[in-house]
Amino acid sequence: MFDTLSLASLPDADEAIRPAIRAIADEAAAAAAADRRARSWQGYDPAFSWRLGEAGFLGLTLPKRYGGHERGPFARFVVVEELLAVGAPVAAHWIADRQSAPLILNFGNDAQREAYLPRIAKGEIFFCIGMSEPGSGSDLASVRTRAERTATGWRVNGQKIWTSGAPHCDYMIALLRTSGSAEDRHAGLSQLIIDLKAPGVTIRPIRDLSGDAHFAEVFFDNVDLPPDALIGAEGEGWKQVTAELAFERSGPERIYSSVVLLDAWIRHLQAAGRDDPATLALVGDFTARLGVLRAMSIACTARLAAGESPVTEASLVKDLGTAFEQQLPLTIGDDLAAYPDEPVDAELYRTLLYVTHVAPSFSLRGGTREILRGIIARGMGLR
Amino acid sequence: MSEFLDPFERMLEALSPPVTVRAIEAGEPGDTLWNGVAESGFLDALVSEERGGAGLPLAEVGALWQALGRHAAPLPVGETMIARALLADAPDGPIALATASAGGEVVVPFGRVADHVLIEKDGRLYLVVADGAPTGVFGSTALRLNPALGEPVAGAPAGGLRAIAAILRAALIAGAADRLTTMTTAYANERVQFGKPVGKQQALQQQMAVMAEDMVACRIAAQLGCAGGLPPSLVAVATAKSVTSAAAARLAATAHAVHGAIGISEEYDLQLYTRRLHEWRMADGSETYWNRLLGAARLEDAGRSVDFLREQFR
Repeated sequence: MFDTLSLASLPDADEAIRPAIRAIADEAAAAAAADRRARSWQGYDPAFSWRLGEAGFLGLTLPKRYGGHERGPFARFVVVEELLAVGAPVAAHWIADRQSAPLILNFGNDAQREAYLPRIAKGEIFFCIGMSEPGSGSDLASVRTRAERTATGWRVNGQKIWTSGAPHCDYMIALLRTSGSAEDRHAGLSQLIIDLKAPGVTIRPIRDLSGDAHFAEVFFDNVDLPPDALIGAEGEGWKQVTAELAFERSGPERIYSSVVLLDAWIRHLQAAGRDDPATLALVGDFTARLGVLRAMSIACTARLAAGESPVTEASLVKDLGTAFEQQLPLTIGDDLAAYPDEPVDAELYRTLLYVTHVAPSFSLRGGTREILRGIIARGMGLR
Repeated sequence: MSEFLDPFERMLEALSPPVTVRAIEAGEPGDTLWNGVAESGFLDALVSEERGGAGLPLAEVGALWQALGRHAAPLPVGETMIARALLADAPDGPIALATASAGGEVVVPFGRVADHVLIEKDGRLYLVVADGAPTGVFGSTALRLNPALGEPVAGAPAGGLRAIAAILRAALIAGAADRLTTMTTAYANERVQFGKPVGKQQALQQQMAVMAEDMVACRIAAQLGCAGGLPPSLVAVATAKSVTSAAAARLAATAHAVHGAIGISEEYDLQLYTRRLHEWRMADGSETYWNRLLGAARLEDAGRSVDFLREQFR
């Protein structure tokens, strides 16, 4: 069962990129405290994204004619791993590079590819994905925000919510209803590229429990879009979104969300000189699980590299990975507080509490734990 | 995938069906199975070509070990492969493995169905006749052994015999996990309660999904353990055995929960696998044993976790 997920290794040619991306990532990391770095793919820094684009680390998998570098998913794994390992601020370009660009390449027409892809690869334009609505969370097919054909293109009315990055992004790729009603479920949905500076778009940032405002409500009030706002085929939105999910769920960001905290805690243990059996076992448990998760993520990347769309496999790795990411802050919190007379420095303390507070989101964003397990069960033939 | 896996798996299907597994566990001789495996040449899979073996890399042999786990093979086939690779002049017949660092009695997996036991003590290997007491555990082929060691037959392999045996256990667990997940999924689709297969219940689907995650994690962990060849690094062994051992306990629990009472019965095959999962989890160091060693190695490294793992598993 799930035989395609098997050990794979990163090709030497892709490992060869590591020193160059590492130098840039290290520089960004040196300038930031651990609790900032723990924000990682929620950390917004457009200048850093632009610098990555200039150095050739964005649009890695895109064709050269669209400003890309014609590397495979393994090269992207190496780059993303180095950035996440130190918690470099990658939020600005994250969605565009991870899934908007592959979506536009796969389903867009040539004019759309030329309009967007080179600028994504330069780190000049940023994308968000408009999926959730006030009445549509896990039940994504129930979206009600509509795009209707007009004489000049499309007119959009409705609302998206929990849209990560919306306050800073240039474009949204939105899943919208273009025909029928919410009862028609998967039929009648389409994806449109929305210029967030268009008249009628209102973005209200939502502050999260850590004080950050990375997600937002986005309102559409008679927003007029040109005909070529439609990406892919009308009515094929659900199928396109599903293909996107393999990119969204398979990457190392689903195992490394707490890795800055893990390393800060390990430095604390080293400084405190702790070497009792219980502490060693805890460090070993985390290390072993992270090692296997990394190998599973690479195995998933190998399926992408083979041209497959490993949606079920990606769900499997993401569920296991986010469970690990969520256990880290809770167990580390228990460990540190089990030694109340051992001083914990302010940076580690802030990092721990930041990750503790946001960790519930790890198994919400990109598909909840229960939804993912449903997908896995379907893959097992149980549904 | 190894070209050897298919014939090996077919051989086990023919020679090691559940009825044979039960018979050997009950004390009947395993000669037919053993002779079949011996004649196939697979016992020398790890022996170098210069010494007349197949000289297969550990990564390929690991796939064979998983097949042994998938078929609940009741004889020390993997152990004998290791012993024959380590000894220039290994005796014929099944050989079990043990580590007796502290002296005293040890529990030897498959000891009851082995002719010899290869034992490591204080950096040396000893070969003794498998003569000890049964454990008294129903169905177990393990042996309690308090051996007189005699003269050493070889030096211990780098990293120790326990480490190599632990990689074998990890692969056996991964194989059994694969079979257990397939069996449990099939049962969930067959067993009807409340007018529909129990596998249609969301509560059960959620548990089964976790089972699949653990099963795939076991496979990848076992492959990681074997990827670097012999002798395995401490980090490779510890990662493989820690993750598979921890998962073994969960996998067995979920498989039984889904099967209900029938899974507890002797005549149903599930117990052939779940008993082994628990035995292999404890054999050659549980998850906590290996976690301690791995944790110590990690704390000695001043770098980042991702770099530590990357350098170990390139």
